[in-house]
Amino acid sequence: MTSASRFLTIACAVACLFSAAGCQYLKQDMANQPKNRPLSPSDFFTDGRSERPLVENTVAYGSIANDELFVPKESNAFPLPVNSELLERGQERYKIFCTPCHGLQGDGNGMAAMRGMKHPPSYHQDRLRQATNGYIYDVVTNGFGAMYGYSAQIPPRDRWAIIAYVRALQLSRNAKVADLPAELREKLNQSGSTGAAPSAEQKQESGSAKDSTGGSN
Amino acid sequence: MAQIFHRSTNFISRFSVFSALFLAGLGLVAVLGVARSPYMTRQNVTREQPVQFSHKHHVGDDGIDCRYCHTGVETSAMAGIPPTKTCMNCHSVLYNNASYLEPIRASYATDKSIEWVKVHRLADFAYFNHSIHVNKGVGCSTCHGQVNQMPLMFQANTLLMQWCLDCHRNPEAVLREKKEDVYSMDWKAPANQEEIGKRLAAERHIRTTAELTSCSTCHR
Ligand code: HEC
Ligand code: HEC
Ligand code: HEC
Ligand code: HEC
Ligand code: HEC
Ligand code: HEC
Repeated sequence: MTSASRFLTIACAVACLFSAAGCQYLKQDMANQPKNRPLSPSDFFTDGRSERPLVENTVAYGSIANDELFVPKESNAFPLPVNSELLERGQERYKIFCTPCHGLQGDGNGMAAMRGMKHPPSYHQDRLRQATNGYIYDVVTNGFGAMYGYSAQIPPRDRWAIIAYVRALQLSRNAKVADLPAELREKLNQSGSTGAAPSAEQKQESGSAKDSTGGSN
Repeated sequence: MAQIFHRSTNFISRFSVFSALFLAGLGLVAVLGVARSPYMTRQNVTREQPVQFSHKHHVGDDGIDCRYCHTGVETSAMAGIPPTKTCMNCHSVLYNNASYLEPIRASYATDKSIEWVKVHRLADFAYFNHSIHVNKGVGCSTCHGQVNQMPLMFQANTLLMQWCLDCHRNPEAVLREKKEDVYSMDWKAPANQEEIGKRLAAERHIRTTAELTSCSTCHR
């Protein structure tokens, strides 16, 4: 082989390597497959969405079970067993979905309210302390006045967990030490008021402590 | 008979062979380098959005939890982008005259989606699932960076396969103990993370490296 043809061969090999390596990243057939992923746009449907709305009158699989969690506005029934697990879930969900406006303590001083959102009423006023569970469920589900409904963001079970927690918040403002179980009362006596115990009232105390330091600015 | 080639051609031909090989190698390195560069991975590149939505203000200043808007993150593969209604929960009252929120109000009134520009995008042949990562204790900020300091969203990591594998080989280093820490932007690994991570990995039944780096975990 002459050096010229040898050079040519090598030049070709180099060119091939370059284009092969380059193609891998330039040609993205498998990376962009002709299919819809969640939330991807679509030219096929006139509204431009690949997600299709439910056909009218369809019932999602499993959603019938939620019917048991429906409580009419006037009723004070609570459709789930209240235990510390539910309250813990409620506290977590309350912090995610309600604190921006209602504040950690539920007195209506959340960050959004501080910045110009309409101030919600305090949960600790008599009217709301006496409101039925069904009424609060209706407010969370369908909204009330300036507050929009949360049915799209919070599934029914979690709404009830939140209501249980709101009830605990309301109780906490008027709880007497005598209301606590003996075991917790002892703890309270030992450690001042900051024991972290798995009771709604006590948890509330630690929640309020946090709020009074962090929530006011 | 006289030599056709001068002696120096020996050198030239050898030189050209080696330099061609060298160039080929260099070319490969350059291509791979470009593929890993922010130019190709779009790491740290902010996108213009139809509305100047700021995570810095909403998460950093106002303290809104990720799950208020990205409701699917604990239960599904997608974290999800909030629908216009979620914005209107607050902005029906708050700044309801501001011109920069006009697209939001228009979208709410006409039921036309806001077309957010996608920031993170894996190739279609890769499978990713948020819920398992979040529920096993991998925090948002490990993968998405300090979202609470981003006026506009950008991608904090490469999202290359290598990046996924680096963690799948050693998830103990990033597992967070408390559930609320997963959504905290300020979490720092404690000094004894190695110990904690090992314990958490055992408690939460994190699979072996071999299973987590098997091709069919992500290419299915
Ligand atoms: C975006 C801010 C915001 C969020 C988040 C929010 N609310 Fe409200 N809420 C309000 C406002 C504002 C009002 C007062 C509405 C009015 O009077 O027009 C209100 C009122 C209420 C009321 C009282 C209704 C009455 O009869 O006065 C209840 C109960 C309530 N909210 C529960 C909740 C619960 C539970 C959550 C969490 C799931 C929640 N809210 C989340 C803004 C909010
Ligand atoms: C008030 C609602 C809201 C909250 C709270 C929120 N986000 Fe977002 N997020 C959005 C919207 C709207 C977008 C789409 C626009 C954009 O990309 O900036 C988005 C986009 C993102 C994206 C990029 C999505 C893509 O296109 O790839 C990531 C990642 C993200 N958010 C993470 C977070 C994390 C982590 C938190 C919690 C620390 C959080 N978000 C809290 C509304 C919110
Ligand atoms: C829980 C209440 C709440 C929700 C939900 C919310 N915002 Fe905001 N938004 C605020 C507050 C409070 C401010 C003022 C921020 C500040 O100055 O710290 C704000 C400010 C803004 C601004 C003004 C520019 C800026 O960042 O200061 C834009 C734009 C905006 N929001 C867009 C959105 C969009 C888009 C959504 C829906 C994905 C959304 N917001 C959802 C409370 C909310
Ligand atoms: C293990 C890494 C990892 C963790 C942890 C993680 N993400 Fe993601 N996130 C990704 C990847 C990768 C994508 C791109 C997914 C795709 O393109 O399919 C993504 C995409 C997103 C998107 C765009 C929409 C979507 O769902 O694809 C949002 C919003 C988002 N993440 C929010 C969050 C929030 C909020 C958290 C914390 C609760 C979180 N992520 C935790 C890696 C992660
Ligand atoms: C910061 C650490 C981290 C990163 C980065 C990461 N992962 Fe993971 N991944 C985990 C952990 C922890 C698990 C849980 C393993 C288990 O439970 O056995 C997991 C599990 C998975 C699973 C298993 C889900 C199932 O149902 O079997 C998939 C798929 C996956 N990851 C894909 C990815 C992809 C794709 C990427 C890159 C875009 C990625 N991961 C990046 C930590 C990470
Ligand atoms: C932890 C998840 C994960 C595992 C395990 C994994 N991959 Fe990947 N792989 C990815 C992701 C994510 C991408 C897409 C990267 C991107 O979007 O650029 C990818 C891309 C690729 C590509 C395309 C080349 C590229 O860099 O874009 C090939 C080929 C590939 N993987 C092969 C494999 C093989 C072979 C294995 C098993 C040895 C494997 N992968 C295991 C996540 C994984």
